[in-house]
Amino acid sequence: MATTSEIKSNRDLFERVARRRRRQHAEQTVVTWLLRGAALISILTTVGIVIILVAQSIGFFAEVSPWEFLTGTEWAPLFSPQKFGVLSLVGGTLLVAVIAGIVSLTLGLGAAIFLAEYAPEKLRRFLKPILEVLAGIPTVVYGYFALTFVTPILQNIFGHDQVIVFNALSAGLVMGLMIMPMVSTLSEDAMVAVPRSLRDAAYALGATRFEVSTKVVIPAALSGIVASFILGVSRAIGETMIVKIAAGATPNLTLNPLESIQAMTAYIVQVSLGETPQGSIEYKTIFAVGLLLFVMTLAMNIIGRWVISRFRQQYE
Amino acid sequence: MNKQDSIIGKRQKLHAVRVLRDRIFVVGFALAVVVGILGLAALLFDVLIDGLPFLNINFLSSYASRKAENSGILAPLAGTIWIVGMTALLTIPIGVGTAIYLEEFASKNRFNRLIELNIANLAGVPSVIYGLLGLAVFVQFLFNGSRNVTAGALTMTLLILPIVVIASQEAIKAVPSSYRDAAYAMGANRWQVVKSVVLPQALPSMMSGIILALSRAIGESAPILIISSLVWVTFIPTSPDSKFTVLPLQIFTWISQPQQAFRGIAAAGIIVLLIVLLSMNGIAIWIRSKYQSRPEQ
Repeated sequence: MATTSEIKSNRDLFERVARRRRRQHAEQTVVTWLLRGAALISILTTVGIVIILVAQSIGFFAEVSPWEFLTGTEWAPLFSPQKFGVLSLVGGTLLVAVIAGIVSLTLGLGAAIFLAEYAPEKLRRFLKPILEVLAGIPTVVYGYFALTFVTPILQNIFGHDQVIVFNALSAGLVMGLMIMPMVSTLSEDAMVAVPRSLRDAAYALGATRFEVSTKVVIPAALSGIVASFILGVSRAIGETMIVKIAAGATPNLTLNPLESIQAMTAYIVQVSLGETPQGSIEYKTIFAVGLLLFVMTLAMNIIGRWVISRFRQQYE
Repeated sequence: MNKQDSIIGKRQKLHAVRVLRDRIFVVGFALAVVVGILGLAALLFDVLIDGLPFLNINFLSSYASRKAENSGILAPLAGTIWIVGMTALLTIPIGVGTAIYLEEFASKNRFNRLIELNIANLAGVPSVIYGLLGLAVFVQFLFNGSRNVTAGALTMTLLILPIVVIASQEAIKAVPSSYRDAAYAMGANRWQVVKSVVLPQALPSMMSGIILALSRAIGESAPILIISSLVWVTFIPTSPDSKFTVLPLQIFTWISQPQQAFRGIAAAGIIVLLIVLLSMNGIAIWIRSKYQSRPEQ
């Protein structure tokens, strides 16, 4: 038989436990809301980017027709008569990005094949971190390297009268070196995901490693490799400091990589450094160019990731 | 008999060609790695040769100057410390909070999938766009045209947030679910499980991800260039609304000078920047390896 005091102390205990539970529950509710708020910031960032770019661009397109902007081939918003043909900036950006894409795909794919198919595990573990250092070096350092090391070499090869100090080739080559580890890692991931059995089957038929790599592994990993190339070029399009330092400030629609160009990102930075008053048409141009840049890189990133996800489904 | 011999001979020749092709291409593929490493070596060599003669105590303790030989990196060094410190204070709670929410609290509904997709997309937005966002929202709207340290740090926070979130998510995912189950079985609620089981376990790997993200913030110049715009800063920021410059921006300014002497100063600045980044990466790797010997699932 329980005494009255025992019952009382039990009731106290229950109440204490219940109180603690309530407090813990309240704490969890507050924390959940805080965490949800943190997660919301990323959404707000995207919304902010889109609103800022679109709002300022609307002001720009009220004065310059989108048709003139997107089809004109002369870009001279800081001189009079003003010209707003963004194609010469887009052309400059793409020229550098394509050079960077070719360099990074050649080097990156070669390195990926070597690391995934040929190199012994020990060598792979030694080489990979060294290559990845390339991805961690600030872009301003690459700009310095392009201007003070690569450009003089190009001038010695092609002649000083052919190669302008600020040229697209130097920026593109160095940018390719910078993006190489990214292309290499993504391609290698794609190749490692190819089932062992496919390789074994080819080896059993007497194929050499080269034949296994090029006729079995690369075709099977092709979408991953393509995606790595797309994402690499997207990186190159958005890159700023290398093109600002090494590729020049002359809007120029050309296919000759030895000439000076101006990339979209370099133009944005150039105007930001100057004394352009807020609200002027010159000021609004950087947002219009920014919007175009945003749309271009977003489209390429979405395509790149879509290609990767399709590829993954194939082998899971 | 003769016919069979010639077939065998052809086979052997073909085989030899295939083996030869294999050998040649091994060299080709290895060459890609070698070119990458040589590129890195050339870059470091170039910077060291140009910069080492200018690297001395004076360089570390003086402000920027019109004369190359008197120039120093005190102001950008202090600016970088300000930016990184404030960015860390802002990014860590927001980034880790987002990761915890997505991994431990969020149900897999459409809205939360949208958040994840959105973060992946933000990670691919060019840094210069973040600069435009910071210029319009922080500098012009929030601070009325003042190009201060806070505006720079807020912009950097948004820039590296996706990296911090993704790294923290990976760290949380790596905690064995049996740990969580054990805590739940003891009657812990979700937040208690996160607070006392998941976070302590995920912390080392999270930390190294955060340090790597912060080192990205140190090397990034394009958004700061748009925010700060100011090129010659000859003072140390004293408060969150001081004007400022950072290491990569100062390096960029020196590279842009027409006088050849500033190239050497720029290279010396690059050496300092690379040493800062290298030590941060070293710390990240050290943390990761120190705590890697975790119990298996």
